[in-house]
Amino acid sequence: MDATKKQDVRIGFYICHCGSNIAAMVDCPAVARYVEKLPGVVLSRDYKYMCSDPGQELIQKDIKEHQLDRVVVASCSPLLHEHTFRAAVEAGGLNPFFFHMVNIREHDSWVHTNKVEATEKAKALAHAAIQRVAKHKSLEVKKVPIHPDVLVVGGGIAGIHAAMTMANAGKKVYLVEREPSIGGHMAKFDKTFPTLDCAACILTPKMSEVGSHPNITLLTYSEVAKMDGYVGNYTVTVKRKPRYVIEDQCTGCQECIANCVYKEPKFHDEFNEGLGKRKPVYIPFPQATPQVVAIDPKVCLNFRNGVLTDKCKKSCVTACGEKKAIDFTQQETVQDIKVGTIIVTTGFKTFDAKRVPQYGYGKFPNVYTALEIERLVNASGPTAGHVVMRDGREPKSIGIIHCVGSRDKKTNRWCSRVCCMYSMKLAHLLKEHTGAEIYSFYIDMRTPGKGYEEFYDKLLEEGVHFIRGRVGEVTDWAMSPEEEGKLVIRVEDTLAGYVRRIPFDMVVLATGMEPQADAQDVRRMFNMSCGSEGFFLERHPKLAPVSTFTEGIFIAGACQGPRDIPDTVAQAGAAAAEALALIDKGHIEQEPNTAFILDDECCGCKSCIPLCPYTAITFDESKKKATINEALCKGCGTCVAACPSGSIVQNLFDDEEIFSEIDGVLAHD
Amino acid sequence: MTTYSYFPGCSLKGIGRAYEESLLPVFQALDVKLEELEDWNCCGATAYMAVDEVKACVMASRNLAMAEKLGHKEMIAPCSACYLVLNKTKHYLHESPAVRGVIEKALADVNLTYNGNTPVRHPLDVMVRDIGLDEIKKRVKRPLTGLKVAAYYGCQIVRPYATFDDQYNPTTMDRLLEALGCTLVPFPLKTRCCGASLTGTLPEPGLLCSKIILAEAIKRGADVIATVCPLCQFNLDGYHDKIAAKWNDCRIPTVYFTQLMGLAFGLDERQLGLHRGFVAMKPWSAQPAAAAVPA
Amino acid sequence: MTSEWNPRLVAFFCNWCTYTAADLAGVSRLKYASNVRVIRLMCSGRVDPQFILDALAKGADGVLIGGCHPSDCHYVEGNYKCLRRFQLLKRMLSDMGIEEGRVRLEWISAAEGEKVKTVINEMTATIKQLGPLGMPAKFEEWDKEMEHFAAAVHAQEAQKAPCAEHAQLQETAHV
Repeated sequence: MDATKKQDVRIGFYICHCGSNIAAMVDCPAVARYVEKLPGVVLSRDYKYMCSDPGQELIQKDIKEHQLDRVVVASCSPLLHEHTFRAAVEAGGLNPFFFHMVNIREHDSWVHTNKVEATEKAKALAHAAIQRVAKHKSLEVKKVPIHPDVLVVGGGIAGIHAAMTMANAGKKVYLVEREPSIGGHMAKFDKTFPTLDCAACILTPKMSEVGSHPNITLLTYSEVAKMDGYVGNYTVTVKRKPRYVIEDQCTGCQECIANCVYKEPKFHDEFNEGLGKRKPVYIPFPQATPQVVAIDPKVCLNFRNGVLTDKCKKSCVTACGEKKAIDFTQQETVQDIKVGTIIVTTGFKTFDAKRVPQYGYGKFPNVYTALEIERLVNASGPTAGHVVMRDGREPKSIGIIHCVGSRDKKTNRWCSRVCCMYSMKLAHLLKEHTGAEIYSFYIDMRTPGKGYEEFYDKLLEEGVHFIRGRVGEVTDWAMSPEEEGKLVIRVEDTLAGYVRRIPFDMVVLATGMEPQADAQDVRRMFNMSCGSEGFFLERHPKLAPVSTFTEGIFIAGACQGPRDIPDTVAQAGAAAAEALALIDKGHIEQEPNTAFILDDECCGCKSCIPLCPYTAITFDESKKKATINEALCKGCGTCVAACPSGSIVQNLFDDEEIFSEIDGVLAHD
Repeated sequence: MTTYSYFPGCSLKGIGRAYEESLLPVFQALDVKLEELEDWNCCGATAYMAVDEVKACVMASRNLAMAEKLGHKEMIAPCSACYLVLNKTKHYLHESPAVRGVIEKALADVNLTYNGNTPVRHPLDVMVRDIGLDEIKKRVKRPLTGLKVAAYYGCQIVRPYATFDDQYNPTTMDRLLEALGCTLVPFPLKTRCCGASLTGTLPEPGLLCSKIILAEAIKRGADVIATVCPLCQFNLDGYHDKIAAKWNDCRIPTVYFTQLMGLAFGLDERQLGLHRGFVAMKPWSAQPAAAAVPA
Repeated sequence: MTSEWNPRLVAFFCNWCTYTAADLAGVSRLKYASNVRVIRLMCSGRVDPQFILDALAKGADGVLIGGCHPSDCHYVEGNYKCLRRFQLLKRMLSDMGIEEGRVRLEWISAAEGEKVKTVINEMTATIKQLGPLGMPAKFEEWDKEMEHFAAAVHAQEAQKAPCAEHAQLQETAHV
């Protein structure tokens, strides 16, 4: 420790051109020449790509040839390549923490426009790093065992696929789903684009596999309430909502539904987007997994305002008979689960079409959302696949409006990626079911996928009319006799160059994808970040697309951004593979940035103890001194900053290192 | 008693005088005082705005500066064109240092300053959001039960600044008129163009705009069109003969929402300027007597 | 070198939100003033008030601290601890005659690259108006004054050393 106090270090400095990414704005050789003269520097080089193999080998060679004991690399963000260079330094025979990285790309060359100023900034940052690295100490990476079980949050196609992959690899998986059945949005679809295979036919076998897989514990009608711990050792509290049916005893015979005191279904059916009705005791859809009914206390006669009154004659209980599956006394329960990794696949919400009042959703009964049409054309939907409108008529002409709640500054700016394709799919299906004239109103036709453009060609041949223009309004105001009683779409046909009015029987709104309403709560619970639009943020868009900023927590599917089924499944597989890679390694390597107490200097004031959110600091009554449990410490450094006697030290961020960095950034002007 | 500064603008003293004639007694009945700006000038709308936007803003800003000097918290501008230009000027003052520079210099020349205070409000907004429908309901002496109204908002109070209502489907006036006892007919052309100043320059498309609105109101079964803007009222009321000659007869009275309020408050029809319309509203007192509200 | 004076800003950014936001600003190629020097810490809770004072003493004209938004802290509540200290420090700074705009605490989430740009540009503009803080020069001046003063005292002591006067002088020196 004393050795580092003296300036007898041998530092090697490397500045990366990053092709022209850095070199175009920072004079790299000039920075190298400047650094060469700083105390402790024995070698200073500039090189085209430091992160390349030759770049890393250069460091390793120099460490040996020039007996370097410290290395500084000025290149991109440490969040990207700190790990790479630490590994290179270690391969060169040094402790990997005798290294420091300077960010002159994201924080310098990419954000400035004056080469002189950018170069000066690079010099100042490099100077700071040189001063700092001299104070670095040799540290050991801590290895913590990893719990092999996995939690998957959300049982849509992403969660189903991730859970199956992990379970097939022999891991024990908990799959938590908020609704009474898994399946998510995909279960509501009729067909999938561009192959037009039946969504249920490809999804439901996977659903039942999940339901019967020995390695999967399915927790439906449940939500994650809390998460504690750290990578490899998470404790998750799952809240199980009462469905008033004992899952293990229900066989899915549905006798209770047939015998409910309500002879006819009369309540809003969520699965059918309200187009159908269900009874208070129900199974969301025929292939629901698990095949277990649920009772809705909001409408069941045995409850009043959700409180049990026991006033119904309970014909359902009689019908259930010996199975005794119905239990009106069920309460919400909580369950703690221990897992090592978590995959979040909470999906999306469809855009609320009422937010675009000019399209008349909610005002005109014959304006539908795309998801409603999915149910309407579905053979197991509320009309058994017969397309009839809310007024009982069959549509002879249908207008489909793209980009509702997408690519619009007033609502959501992003492209929802799936709407062009699903609109064409619906156009095809509606034409098949009704023979109606179909118009599709688009801004740009986006078909970037395997077989997607070909699908568009097919639709053109089928005679669907495509009009390029953002629709102005949907109105029931008739300007001519043929518009009477119709919904009129007013649109600027930007290819023909004039404003058109086209009357329709039915209008379909291709609503976009949004983050779930509670995405912010979920984000906080799992310690993730969100992008500005509210989708979960990946660690790196290209290099770590399913990782988050919290180790051991992965994301997949539309919770990370709008995407279609093929991409979602691919991502779910990727998330599962990342989780498996962590688990199969058997241990987690933790950044040694934990804090410790200098016993001789601690005066026992206890100021630090309440500051630690992880209760890592305790007071040793015998010694009258604080102690830090290294296993619990997560390395934030809050206690270090608060200690009045300066007796807490944070590895990698100790006072002396930071002060020398401050000194360094200001030493050069 | 709440007091607002009041910027009438040219219309309310001329062609739209029925608007002022009804606005003032209605506010009085609601115990709200309006203090007219002294020596106000043109708001800068229409032709000025089209020819030299910055100069138009300079004109508007003089009114804003005087309102600020007058010291009441907010200013009411009943004409939609004034309302828009004054708000647009405030917007530019806030967003564009260049425009702000020109305006500040011009104001300094006449010893005025403007600090961006004094919001400019539309009376419809003040009625519903400041005074409130409950307060208004209390003043109704003669509910307009059975009167079928098409609420027509025009463009300028919702575009581009939709400060108090939805840009595409405003409902403030609908709620207000409902509180007076009126029946609102569903009216999809609420914010469609009335023809604006086109009627003066390119009569045919201008007249067509007016005709579309009138015909639709009749088709929807309205007895009367209610409006918030003197230009809309003029366009919809002023060209019935020409419209009849060109297409078909679309006679339906167009009145200010404040006139309907005055009527419901039991004020005198002549005082409210209801006789001024080319197509006059049938005297309400002649309608089958509506049940009086118990005091 | 540009002739115009550019203030020197030192920034302490937390690893999880603000540092990442600054990376995002880079990836988005946003452009902002080049006079900021970012020091990465794991959490804004690690910001010791001494870091800020040290930066000012060593010649920074302003200091920016960036942390996660309230209730978004990666370490649960480090940002609140930072805020608490910042409030106390602000009072001290104003007592020292350091203008309010020179030291700022901002919550910038990982998605707010745009905010990094705005805050840095705003701070640069504010401090340009305030002018250089010049603490190192002031320290030098004060040191000189003290040396001069000490020399004067020594000289007086050597001359006659009357006890009363000496005591009085010492008192003045302590004020």
